[in-house]
Parts: sequence; C-alpha cells; structure tokens
Amino acid sequence: MMRLSRHQIAARVAKDIPDGAYVNLGIGVPTLVADYLPEDREIILHTENGMLGMGGAALPGQEDADLTNAGKVYVTEEIGASYFHHADSFAMMRGGHIDFCVMGAYQVSARGDLANWRTNSTTSIPGVGGAMDLAAGAKHVYVVMDLFSKTGESKLVQNCSYPLTGAECVERIYTDVAVFDVIPAGVRILEIFDDLDAGQLSTLVGFTLIDATTSATVRN
Amino acid sequence: MIDKEVHDAGEAVSGIENGATIMIGGFGPPGQPVALIEALLNRGVSDLVVINNNAGAGGDAISRLFGAGRVRKVICSFPKAIGSTVFDELFLAGKIELELVPQGNLAERIRAAGAGIGGFFTKTGYGTELAADKEVRLIDGEHYVFETPLHADFALIRASRADRWGNLVYRKTARNFGPVMAAAAKVTIAEVDHVVALGELDPEIIVTPGIYVDRFISTGYAPTNPKVTS
Repeated sequence: MMRLSRHQIAARVAKDIPDGAYVNLGIGVPTLVADYLPEDREIILHTENGMLGMGGAALPGQEDADLTNAGKVYVTEEIGASYFHHADSFAMMRGGHIDFCVMGAYQVSARGDLANWRTNSTTSIPGVGGAMDLAAGAKHVYVVMDLFSKTGESKLVQNCSYPLTGAECVERIYTDVAVFDVIPAGVRILEIFDDLDAGQLSTLVGFTLIDATTSATVRN
Repeated sequence: MIDKEVHDAGEAVSGIENGATIMIGGFGPPGQPVALIEALLNRGVSDLVVINNNAGAGGDAISRLFGAGRVRKVICSFPKAIGSTVFDELFLAGKIELELVPQGNLAERIRAAGAGIGGFFTKTGYGTELAADKEVRLIDGEHYVFETPLHADFALIRASRADRWGNLVYRKTARNFGPVMAAAAKVTIAEVDHVVALGELDPEIIVTPGIYVDRFISTGYAPTNPKVTS
C-alpha cells in the first residue's frame, strides 16, 4: 500500500495555506507544516503561549530561555513579530481571529466532531491545553492524522468513542491515505494517495464516503 | 516614598500560610518565578491550591513543590509533563486533586477575576465533558458555556525588569500568565531579572502597571543563557 510519510502529509497541508493567513500549528506532525510553507507566501504563525510571527526552531547555541513555542521548544522570532499575554493570545483563538489551526487527532467523526485530548484509558493523565479553544474558535480547523490506528482501526469514524474536544468543528482531514472534507452531506474524499478507489476506501473506513477525487484533481 | 523591592526571597513570600491558593506564572520554564517557588518550598507551608498552566516538568521548582507533598489541588490545563512523573504518581494514587481547565478558559477566568467580572460565556468546551453540568446559553444561534472567575490569595510571577513602583515589563514568551495573574490575586509578588530607576521604563511599553504588584525581588538572572538539558 502507498502511504504518505509524516513529512509528506505536512507538505500536503502546507500547499493549502494561503498567503496572508494567520495560522496556529499544533504539536507533532502539525509543527512540521511550518517547514513546507511556500516561500512566496507571507504566512504568520501564532503560538498560543503568546507570540505572532514565530520563526523556526533555534539553532544549537542560539536558544533564548524566554522564547519557546507551545511545545516548549526553543524557537526564533520573525521580523514583525509581537508578544502578548495569555488571555490576549487566547482571545485571538477564541475570538475567531486565527484563520487556520492544524491539530492532530485520536478520532474525527463523520460530522466533524474532534477527539484529541484524552483516550478512555484510566491510567493516563488527562491534559487539554489549548485544543478546545482552537476547536471552538479558529476559522478553519484542519486535522492531520494517520487514517488507521496501530491496531488497524479507522480513526475517521461514524461516532467518536473517545471524549470530544469539540463538536462539529473539523473542516478538513489530511491523512497518510487520503484527504477528506467534512460537508453537511457527509465526508467527501478530495484526494487518494493510496492505490484504492473510493469504494474500497469506504469499506476500510466503515461508512460511505462521497467521492470528489476527480474534481479535486482538476482543482489542483 | 514607594519602594516595593524586597531583598530576600523568603521575605517576599512571607504571609503565605497553609491552605493558601497560589497562582504561579509560567508556561513551562519561561515566566516561572523559580526563586520565589524555592522560597515557598523552604517556607514549608502545605495544603496549597496551585493555579498554573502545567504541573511541573523535569525536576523543576514546581514539580518539587508537588513532590514535597505541599499541594492539595492543582488547577491547570496541561499537567502532563516531560521528564517528570511526580504529578502523575500523586494523581494516579489519588493523592492530589485536579481541576482540568481548557487553557483559554484558564487565562480568561484569571483575567475576569482581576477585572472584577463575575463570569463569562464562551464557546470553548461546549459539548465536552469539561463543560458537563455547566450553564449553557444560546447566544446568536451558538451555544456558550458559563465560566466563573478564578481568584487567588497570592500570585507569584516573573518579569524582566521592574522599577521601585512595581511597574513591570516582560521578555518574549515569558510574559504569558504574568499580567493576568498580577491582577487576579490579593497579593502579587514578582521576581524580576533587573530593577531599574523610576522613569527608566518607557511608560508606553509598561505591561503591568505597579498598581497590581505588591512587592518584588530582583535576581540578576541572565535570561539569554538557557540551561539546555536535552
């Protein structure tokens, strides 16, 4: 089977972020999106701990103890950057000022419900961070995830079995197998990377998907 | 004459007693008032309620406060820590209470307390278990959840520079919770890297006006040299 790597998924997301966008990237694969943003677009990265205009990771020896991203990694500032306190930072998210957020997920439902803050495990420590604020407040909520779990179950599901981060908030899902849009009629396939047709993909996911791969090809 | 500088961290945290609710600034290490937390640890008080975004990491001052059994309850958004199992073990053993709050609600509840606001409605958390049993209102066709202010007896925060009136400026992402916590506590104690003469801070760039700050210590810390451990 053909599957995209983490870096290939990140590059695919980056292609869809337009010039002038204010973007919040989550921890993990979403962070990698920054490495693939087209050079000819001015895209401003927001980090929830209080900065707009975040640059790339700090080089060894160039770290500043007072400058980290949400993942507590040392980063740099772009020209034009600004700093603000936490309530202002989250007002940007909750007030609908962030154009795109890209987050990971445990599950996304056919209605766009997002589950990414805890599993049902009784021995894990719950932690929510800013995920619910982004789910509720970003203009466009994009998810990146592997389509199947390590045990082979689809993470795109009819109904989430894990606790929700937000209801009906996800607009697009980028996976190693395909890209999907959540629309009122259901889940629409925009692009398939694997050697599968829409029918086979529906069977693997476990519910009927809307095939829009042809139009997606034309559009791109 | 007003001079809010004190010269000893122990003196700075005097007045904090058993059972106090304490806001501690910082998002991970940036903004964490390490000297004040150490002084609190040395003060030996317990049964504390700590409000902080995290629950300590990698043996830092906050995780030592937990490890020493001084904290009864933590109110935070993300207790999962890199390099520290102190909180995890206490939590799984049922030895510490956790109130998990979405990060934006945490910041806004603190801001509301400082601004004298009795609560607010937010879309964050609607339809999730963190909003279960909370009042919901339909406003302009969307569901909002009612959240209440979060007050504290003390706030321990870190800033970059202060003048003797307690006017504060911060550095980069270390600003995080400092400004909102400073306003939300009955007593706010700051730890700053440097103290400067009154008038030296440009009034246009002061972030936390001294009205919110009760006292501060100056550490002479050089923030541009992080201890890179990983």
